[in-house]
Amino acid sequence: MRRLRITFLTPAALVTLALFAIPMGIVVAYSLLSRGAYGGVVLPWTLDNYSRVFDPLYGQIVWRSLWIAAVSTLLCLVLGFPIALYIARAQRRRALLLNLVMLPFWTSFLIRTYAWMFLLRDTGLVNSALESLHLIRNPLPLLFNDGAVILGLVYGYLPFMVLPLYATLEKLDPALIDAAQDLGATPWVTLWKIVVPLSRSGMLAGGLLVFIPCLGAYLTPDLLGGGKSVMVGNLVQNQFTTARDWPFGSAVSLLLMAAVLLLVLRILGRREQTLL
Amino acid sequence: MKRFLSVYAAGIYAFLYLPLFVLAVFSFNSSKFAVWRGFTWHWYLDCFHSQALIEATAHSLIIAICATVFSTVIGTLAGYSLWKRRLPWLTNSLYLTLLTPEIVTGISLLAFFQWIFRFLHWHLGLHTVILAHISFSLAYVVIVILARLRTFDPALEEAALDLGANEWQVFRYVTVPNLLPGIAAAALLCFTVSFDDYVITSLVAGVDSETLPMVIYAMARKGVNPMVNALSAMITFGLGALILLAGRFQKEESA
Repeated sequence: MRRLRITFLTPAALVTLALFAIPMGIVVAYSLLSRGAYGGVVLPWTLDNYSRVFDPLYGQIVWRSLWIAAVSTLLCLVLGFPIALYIARAQRRRALLLNLVMLPFWTSFLIRTYAWMFLLRDTGLVNSALESLHLIRNPLPLLFNDGAVILGLVYGYLPFMVLPLYATLEKLDPALIDAAQDLGATPWVTLWKIVVPLSRSGMLAGGLLVFIPCLGAYLTPDLLGGGKSVMVGNLVQNQFTTARDWPFGSAVSLLLMAAVLLLVLRILGRREQTLL
Repeated sequence: MKRFLSVYAAGIYAFLYLPLFVLAVFSFNSSKFAVWRGFTWHWYLDCFHSQALIEATAHSLIIAICATVFSTVIGTLAGYSLWKRRLPWLTNSLYLTLLTPEIVTGISLLAFFQWIFRFLHWHLGLHTVILAHISFSLAYVVIVILARLRTFDPALEEAALDLGANEWQVFRYVTVPNLLPGIAAAALLCFTVSFDDYVITSLVAGVDSETLPMVIYAMARKGVNPMVNALSAMITFGLGALILLAGRFQKEESA
């Protein structure tokens, strides 16, 4: 048995080691090195790359990423809670209703982002429609701003919020709701005082699953935010391509990873296995 | 409240599907702009006549198929072993690959490949993209396989062992046949995540290994191009169908 198990595990362990652990280790090393004259990495060892992240110029990008991710997560929660409740309380076809929420997530993220470009740009559908109705004369600047980025993130990650919320709401004992109503609570009071507090774990898990990808988002701010709405992900990409400052890009990546790990450990630390 | 919820749910489903639906409808619009001017197949024909698109599609297919085969085999074996006995460091590392922001995975692999190239005479190309895709799709396979194994009765394996089968025979003739729907579902998921990836791919692809999402990205950046609408409609439809198929496999009871 032992030998079979080791044989079976070796390829996966090798892949994880060679294509995840070692690359991450290289990023750690690079983040502590200096930038070479032609873009490579050179000695000496230094911590400068980390202190530069707190430079106001970059600090601003970090703050912007944090608040865009926070607003997107909050919007996902507000939008996702009722739909999760609806699915959890549906009499039949719950699996179908849930899969309908999940399905777009599995199709191309790039294309779903592009769909909003098609709708929002100056010659896009929304502006064309408004113009042909003579409601506006000049196109509204809908694309290339923070609002468009938040919209894109909410659109992209809403399913991640609905799934864990549904899982907790579905397990909620209906007798509790009946009891509240028997005792004279209106539906809204029941919702606010019983259902919402009891779905706290689902909200935390959903919040985490949405906040993490939003914080590290690259494609959405790149396409929907244009050059104006830069987030941490774009900063990293830029350092590894045009700016050719790999050490600094590595340091930013690692701080991003640290933020992700901290969140995961804090929120999920106590009940590791329930999420995935 | 119930009425409110139903109306609200309809609104959310519209929010999720309408943008894609509108995109698909306008892929048949004869005008370049978002004003309906009549029906045309023109943009679809353009797609099929574009040498660059055909080449990029070929690249995407090669990458997705290779990554799927490797990930599915490696992930199935690993999932099975992890089901037998937990191995927290491997499970946690796999989950961590899922939580790592794509851009970080991308640059770490880029840095890794560039470092390797100091010793090997290699350069970025299809092979580096395939390796990158294996690394991020492996976790999906393990999760799907583990989920499938939760409904698998270990007594079946014990019975086979009692009847004289060895470990390998048990796996090959008892477990794998039972796992097949899960393996198929995992493979389909792998294929879709690989076929669709842009962020990681764009970082580790070479100049001669442009994939379909990379071409779409470049076209979308450049401005109005109805060919993107047509391509999007085809890809969304294709991937959607694969996912529905994967769902079918996953649900299918092992009776």
